[in-house]
Formats: sequence, C-alpha cells, structure tokens
Amino acid sequence: QLPTGLYKKVLVILHDSVLPYMNEPTLMMDFLTVAYGIGGAISLLALNGLFILIHQHNLEYPDFYKKLYSLLDPSIYHVKYRARFFHLTDLFLSSSHLPAYLVAAFIKRLSRLALTAPPEALLMIIPFICNLFRRHPACRVLVHRPGGPADMSEDPYVMEEEEPSKSRALESSLWEIQSLQNHYHPDVAKAAAVLNQFLSEMEDDISGLLELSAYELFDKEVKKKAVDVPLEFEQVRGLFGKKNDIFAEHFSLD
Amino acid sequence: SNPFEVKVNRQKFDILGRKTKNDVGLPGVSRSKAIKKRNQTLLKEYKEREKTNVFKDKRFGEYNTKITPEEKMIRRFALERQQNYGKKNICNLNEDEELTHYGQSLAEIEKLNDIVDSDSDTEERGTLSAELTAAHFGGGGGLLRKKVSSEQQDEEEEKPKSRKELIEEMIAKSKQEKQERQTRRESALELTEKLDKDWKEIQTLIAHKTPKSERKDKEVEKPKPDEYDMIVRELGFEMKAKPSERLKTEEELAKEEQARLQKLEADRLRRMRGIDEEANKKRPSHMSADDLADGFILDKDDRRLLSYKDGKMNIENEEEKEEDEGEEEEEEEGEEEDNEDEEESQEESASENEEDDAADSHSDLESDIESEEEAAGNKEEKKHKANENESQNVEKSDRKREAAKSELPYTFTVPESYETFKSLLAGRTIEEQLIILERIQKCNHPSLAVGNKAKLEKLFGFLLEYVGELATLDLPELRTIDKLVLPLYNLCQMFPEAASDSIKFILRDAAHDLEEVIEVKGRATYPGLDTLIYLKIVSLLFPTSDFWHPVVTPAFMYMSQLLTKCRITTLQDVIKGLFICCLFLEYVSLSRRFVPELINFLLGVLHISLPKQQAQGYTVVHPFTPVGKNLELLLVCDKEDLKSWEKQNVPLSIVTRLKEASRTEINHTRLSCLALCFDLIKKCAALYESLPSFHEIMHPIRILLTQHVPVNEYPEKMQEWYHSALKELENKVKHYTPLICEKKKPVPLKQYTPKIVKVLEFGRKQAGSKKEQERKQLIQRHKRELKGAIREIRKDNQYLARMQLSEIMERDSARKRKVKELLGSLATQEGEWKAMKRNKWKN
Repeated sequence: QLPTGLYKKVLVILHDSVLPYMNEPTLMMDFLTVAYGIGGAISLLALNGLFILIHQHNLEYPDFYKKLYSLLDPSIYHVKYRARFFHLTDLFLSSSHLPAYLVAAFIKRLSRLALTAPPEALLMIIPFICNLFRRHPACRVLVHRPGGPADMSEDPYVMEEEEPSKSRALESSLWEIQSLQNHYHPDVAKAAAVLNQFLSEMEDDISGLLELSAYELFDKEVKKKAVDVPLEFEQVRGLFGKKNDIFAEHFSLD
Repeated sequence: SNPFEVKVNRQKFDILGRKTKNDVGLPGVSRSKAIKKRNQTLLKEYKEREKTNVFKDKRFGEYNTKITPEEKMIRRFALERQQNYGKKNICNLNEDEELTHYGQSLAEIEKLNDIVDSDSDTEERGTLSAELTAAHFGGGGGLLRKKVSSEQQDEEEEKPKSRKELIEEMIAKSKQEKQERQTRRESALELTEKLDKDWKEIQTLIAHKTPKSERKDKEVEKPKPDEYDMIVRELGFEMKAKPSERLKTEEELAKEEQARLQKLEADRLRRMRGIDEEANKKRPSHMSADDLADGFILDKDDRRLLSYKDGKMNIENEEEKEEDEGEEEEEEEGEEEDNEDEEESQEESASENEEDDAADSHSDLESDIESEEEAAGNKEEKKHKANENESQNVEKSDRKREAAKSELPYTFTVPESYETFKSLLAGRTIEEQLIILERIQKCNHPSLAVGNKAKLEKLFGFLLEYVGELATLDLPELRTIDKLVLPLYNLCQMFPEAASDSIKFILRDAAHDLEEVIEVKGRATYPGLDTLIYLKIVSLLFPTSDFWHPVVTPAFMYMSQLLTKCRITTLQDVIKGLFICCLFLEYVSLSRRFVPELINFLLGVLHISLPKQQAQGYTVVHPFTPVGKNLELLLVCDKEDLKSWEKQNVPLSIVTRLKEASRTEINHTRLSCLALCFDLIKKCAALYESLPSFHEIMHPIRILLTQHVPVNEYPEKMQEWYHSALKELENKVKHYTPLICEKKKPVPLKQYTPKIVKVLEFGRKQAGSKKEQERKQLIQRHKRELKGAIREIRKDNQYLARMQLSEIMERDSARKRKVKELLGSLATQEGEWKAMKRNKWKN
C-alpha cells in the first residue's frame, strides 16, 4: 500500500519504462489489479499497465469491462489523465466482437456524463461516440429508432446500475447528445448535430482531439478572422441597465 | 524578301481573334544569323581552346570600388608623372607642362579672366569700357594690360589670323558682350528703384493729404456692379428650394423604429441559429453528367432570374431594398450628426466672439492666442496667461474668466497616449468626463478629417483601459464605469472591428495569464474585478446569442475556463464565480444554450453551503471536491445572523474589501450568495426546460436540494427562494421521444447535359486554382526551355563538327598538295636526269 502521490507517479511510468524491461511482467499482475480496484485516478492509471499484461502476456481479467464501466464517473472529463484514459478506452472498445448491449451501455454512460463536461472534453467525446456507432451498427438504435413508442415518461437507461447488461441502454435513446446540440460552444453544437444524420462510413481520427486543452480552443477562437462584427442593437443604459438584468437583482454597484 | 526564302507555317484551323506570330519563317536568315553568332563566340573559343594566355587589366584601381573616380584619376595621374619623372629628357630645359582645365589651357583662361576683371573694375568705377577706350582713344589707355590687348589687336590686324586666334577672339568678344548686357540691366534696375523710392516719397505726401478722395477715385474707377447683374447672380447662387421630406408624425416614427428593431431581431435570430445566408438561399443546383463532383462551382451569374410569387416579384429583391433603405437611414443619421457638429461649431464661434468683445482693444491678440490654445488642447491654463495681458480691463473680464474656468473647452484633440487620456479625465466629475468624451467624439468625427477614424479607434482602447483601471482601484468606481459604458457603446457602434479587436486583445491577455498561472502553479485563481467588468461589457456591446461571434465565443471559452479551472478558497471567489454564472445566464438568456459549467458550479456552491458530510447521490466535479479543504465556505451556523438576515444586493466592491467586514456582515453575504444561487438554479431550470435531458442535467441538484439542504434552519425569506427554485425544478413533465435520424436527401441523378465553362480569356487553361495554374505554367516553361537548350547544344555540336571536318579537309588537301609537289619535283628531277642520260648516250 503506497501513498497516493507515489502510487500515481509509479503508475504513470510503469507501462513504458518498467514493464518492457521486466523478465516476468506478470509479477506486476497483483499490484496492478489492486491498483485497479482502488478507484478514481489510480484506477485510470493502472489501466495502462493492465492493458499491456492482457494484451501481451495473456492475462485473463474477469469482468474487465464491467470494471471499466464502473470507472466512468463525472471526474473522467476533468482529470489530467483524460487523454490516456480515452486512448485506452478507445482501444478496448475497438473490437467489433463486443456485444451490442455493452457498447450501448458505454455510449449511454459516456454521454450522460458528458452533460457535465467542459467543451474540450466534449469535442473529443462526441467523435468518440460516433466512432463507436460506426464500429457497432447494432447500437444505432440509440440514435435511430423509427418504430419505437411515440412517447416515454422515463429514460429506460438506469445510470446507477453497475452491470452493463442490466442497464437497459439499448432501449434508450441518446437524448444527452441532442441536448448538447444546444451547447454554447459552436463546434460542440456542430459536432453533436452530426448524430442527427446517418453517419458516414469513415471513422473520425480522434488522436488529435485527445490532448485538446481549453486554452488551445480559446486561442483558436481568438485567432479566427471575422468578416464583420455584429453589434448589439439595444441601446445601453448603464452597466446593469438591460431589461430583466440578473445582475440588477443581486448585485449593487457600491 | 525573296518568296523562295520564306517558309509558311500552314495552320489547320483559322481561329478568329487569335494573333499568330509564327505563321511565316525565314529559315535562311535565321540560319545565317545563328552561324554568324557561332562564328563570333563558339569558333573563337574553339580556336583558342589550347591557349592559356590571359588578358590582365593592370590599370590602377580599375576594379577597386572603394576609390572614387576622381581620386582614381588623381592617383593614376600621379603614377604617370612618377613614371615619366625618371625618363625626362635631361637636355630639354624648356619643357613646360601646359596645365589644362576641361581641355582648355589654364593660361588662356587666366588671360581672359584678367580682361573680364579689368572690365568689371572699370565699370564699377564708372569709367568707360576697354574697347570703347580703344576705339575712341586709339588704345592709349593708361592701363598696361589693355595696352597688351591692343597690341595684340594690332598684330591681329597685321597678320592673317590663325584658327586658334580666331576662336579666342570670338570667345573674348562674346564674354564682353555678355558683361555689357549685364551692366546695362543692372543700371536700369537701379534707376527704376530710385524712381520707385522717389515716387513713394511723393505718394506719402499725397496720401497724407487726401487718402479718402483717392479711395473714392479708385471706387469710381471700378464700375459699380449693375443692380440687374447682382440680382441675376444672387438668383443663380441662391440655394434652390429642394423638396424636403415631409416631417414624419410620431406614429410613423414609431412604426419605422419598430420595423428597424424587428429587422435587427430577425437578423439576430438568424445568427443565433448559425445559418448562413448562402445556405438559406441554396437551391438544388443543376448537376451535370460532366460534373466531377469536386465542388467546383461557377461564379454565380449576376443576373437574377425574374420570378414571380403570388403575383409579387421575388422576395430577394425586396430584401435587398430593405437593406438599402437601412443604409439610407444610417446615412441620414450620419448627416444629422454632421449638422449637429456644425451647429456646435457655430455655437463655439459665437461664444468665442462674445469673449472677444469683452476684450475689445486686444481682440486680435487674444484670438490668435486662442487658436493656439485650441491646438494645444488645454485651453484654461493658457487663457489665464492671456488674461494677464489685458490688465487694463481686468474688472470687466473677471467674471467671464471665472465662468470660462468652470466651463469645459469645446474642442478636444484625441489623446495620443493613455497617459494624456487619463490626465484629461483626471479630477473631473462623471458628467464632465462624459461631456469631454462626447466632445472628443464630435470634434473628431471621421467625416471631418482623414486620420480621425484611427484616432477614435484608439480612444476606445484607452477608454477600456480606463474602465479596467477604475475597477481595479481599492474602492472600485463602479458608478463611473456605469456611466462610461455609454461612450463605449457609441464608439463600438462606430468602429465594430477596432472595438472587437481591442476587447479580444484584453481577453487574450487574461486567458494567457490564466494559462500561465495554471502551468506554473497547477491551479488558478480568479481574476480581478476588471476582467469581470470587461466580460459584462462584452454582453452590452455585442449580441451574445449568436451561434458564433468573434468576441463573444472567446469570452464564453474564457468564462468556462474560469469556472472549471479556478480554485475556490475564499468567499470572494464564490462571489466572483456566482458573478460569472450570472454572466453565463445573461449570455445565453436569449439563445437558451446549454452551459454544463454553470450547472456544475451551482451544484458546487450548494455543496459548500452544507455541513461536511459524505456526498450521497450526487458528485461534484472540479474545482469543487467532495472532501477536503475549502468546504463549508457558505455554511452559516450562527442563529442570530440567520435571523437578522435580509436579502440585499451584494455590492461588487466587496471582493476587494471583504477582510474588513464583520462576522455578521460576512455571514449575511454568505446567505445572500446562497439566495442568489437558488435564484440562478430557478432561472436555469426555466431556461433549460426544453432540453430533452433536462432531468438528467438537473438530477444532482434536485437530489441535493431535496435530501441534503437543511431548509428548516434557514430564515423565511431564504425558504421562499428555496421553494421557488425547487418548484421550478419539480413541475416539469418528463417527456422523451425516441430519436430518429433525419432522412437523407436523395442524391440527384446525373444528367447528360454538357458542363458549360465560361471562358474568360482565350488561350489560357482555366481549370484548377491559381496556384495549380502557376505550377502548370512553370512546368511548361521549364519543358520549353529544356527543349530549346538541347536543340542549341545539338546545333553547337554540329557546327563544331563541321568546323573540325573543314579543318581536316584543309589539312588533307594541303598534304596532298605538298605530296603532289614533291612527286612533281621528283618527277622533273627524274625527267631531267633521264634527259641528261639520254643526251650522254647520244653524245
């Protein structure tokens, strides 16, 4: 049992500067499994080492996807290791042999969590979800259900359910992405609107989007050249002088 | 030329409008030219192929660029002299170098000069010229030099003149003539001057006596303008009465205003949806079978198809008309402003006149000074000085001076730097500052002078900076800022581009600072009040509902960063955060866009208002943490404070002076923040109710409100806020409809009509972009050059081979000839020998 800071440091470098040089990488199995079970950022980091063990050293990990599924919580969009985590998740979900219910559950959960995500994460996750749809056409019912019931009073998807198979994700629809079509960031809104149409065959390349930072986004927006600048036509009457100004209700200029 | 020497290049097709330059060739001429050229170049090279002699230019400094040509010449000359020095003929004692200047002998020139000098001297003394004396007195003048010249003359008369002498004489004569002419002119000038002077003396005498009569005389001289003429002129120049527009009634004005607003609103909505105008107007276009589907579209035809809809002309035209009208309106407004300017300037001049009258005798002087003052811009101080001059009527002007002192100057120049701008506004009241700004704008209206636009654009930047500085003071002067927003708005309306640029610049700086702090420290803190004010100003100047806006979108990004990256450690941070939440809500109030950061932040704020506990059923996200430091920032336990709390507006200045506040005050502020949070939740709920996943978005907040918030402990007012927020959350029906993808538009079939491409210029390939065309051109040129070069080389080789062959032939023929000669001589020898032999035999 290591202190958290050290744990993180070890796990960050484990996969590329420790594991390749070990004679018996499988010895790390127990360490990584324990770390994976801790939860939070440490689990995310342990994922990388674990992946190498599974991929190259025939490690059998029971309920791997269930565990991965339970790792998804609102903080994944805000943590520092976001790029690494989604890179791996993309790898794990790239197999076309995964059952549709599992992928649907992932899609649904990711998009539910996306309701609290900052724009840079949204710009990454929406193409990510689109890619999942492309790989697993069976999940397309989430965005296209022509013969479904006209009206539902509840989202069939159960967020709290730990087991992906019982989350009833396939009966649901992707209302979250539809909500995101109203996002304030124009690029996010545009990206979300893609799911309104039938998707193209080509997968999007998300490798460039993984590392996107908020500052980069800001910079990109600032550097855009505008042809003309629309102006407010309502005459100002002071700092808080607009109609129904929220500030006038709660702040004073003293 | 000879038709047999002409080669005609036959053309397959005659193309109208194409000029051909290569239809006729002259092979013989061009070949002979080529051979000639080769004779001069290639043949020379060939003949000198085994020679290693090199021509060396050893002239002094020929290739030295550092020496000026004159210096070079001097040095060369010196070298030459040095070389000659040793070789000088010893016997030749008489050798004298003739010095020259511009090829003329210096001695000669000196002689001539002497003559001229003497002439001018004589003239100055008022004596007669040399020639004259020579003519009249037989050349007996006392001066030695003249004697010499006269002697020469005599000699000349005697001898037949040589050519050189003739020329010299001519030169001398012409020079003399020139001199004479000059003297004559000078004397004439002197005389006229003298005459003038005399006349003036006399004139003054006359003028003193009868100045008026003279003036009258002058008037009489000018014929009085005829009355008829005057009237005709007047009528001609008189402003023609133009048909003015009827004054509009109030109703009409209101209607117009309404129409304008409606149009602007429609425009705003269109931008909000992010629909391009082009996309709107796009119609299923004609697809050709030849179409490569490469997106290449012809430029639109300018002509509009005449089409009718319900008996009306097509709408596009009408729209355009409307736009035109809008422009006209704008122009009219501009004119009005101009008129105002003029009026003001008139007022100005009037007031100045009054002042001038006050100082009667010094009116000229003062007006001069005043004009200077206007240029300087700070009128008052100098006016003080000016007033010192008029000491005799101090009493009179005293009152006026007082009035003028308190009064603001009417004209301002636009300050060039921020410092001068600040000094201009320093010490003024808000109203005065506003007036100053207004006057600056009016005096420097872009229609008045060329550079004014740039100046006023700068002014916007200064004003922004000033606002920022006011906001960063210890006691922020928000009231002033409140008023300064108006000139900001006006300037922004005048120069949208410059305004957006300067605001973007500020935003970029702020975001850059934030990013730096995050990189260095790993966490960020909230910026000062000035940045918040800037963000608020953005919402006043620009429409925040646009789908994309050059200023508003970056502002959105920046605020999102603030809400997600900045740590919340103090109550000030909470207040600032809530301020940004308000900004977000205001920004999206019309467009109803979804802002996840806003919900997250409100949830976090609620979270820190609760006592420490394990969060259940909801998770807070960055920057809030479920456990750890900085919790309970908004928690109020004091019963007294809870009771005595009254909802009041949070003063913005609190962010700088919270430390001085008492405990109770702080607690009250906390409660106010909580109330604000409840209200924001309510507003969010109202705003986002149309979102399909509204309940999922609000789920954590609802759980927190219903399960964790200790409602009963709150004062009544707070409970009201709470309940209204909760009500807004609860009474939304859950309503889900399964998603269905939009139907794809059918791809139109390809038709077999030819693709028609407009030919803009004949003989030039059209397809491809400009870059592509350039590339193709370059490739083609390269190919042509290469071919030409190969051809030239081949011809060179042929020429050389020919030369070599002719050489060999020559050599061979020479050898043959020699052999023949030898053989011949041998044969004759043999013959002779045989003959001799025969003779012997005979003998």
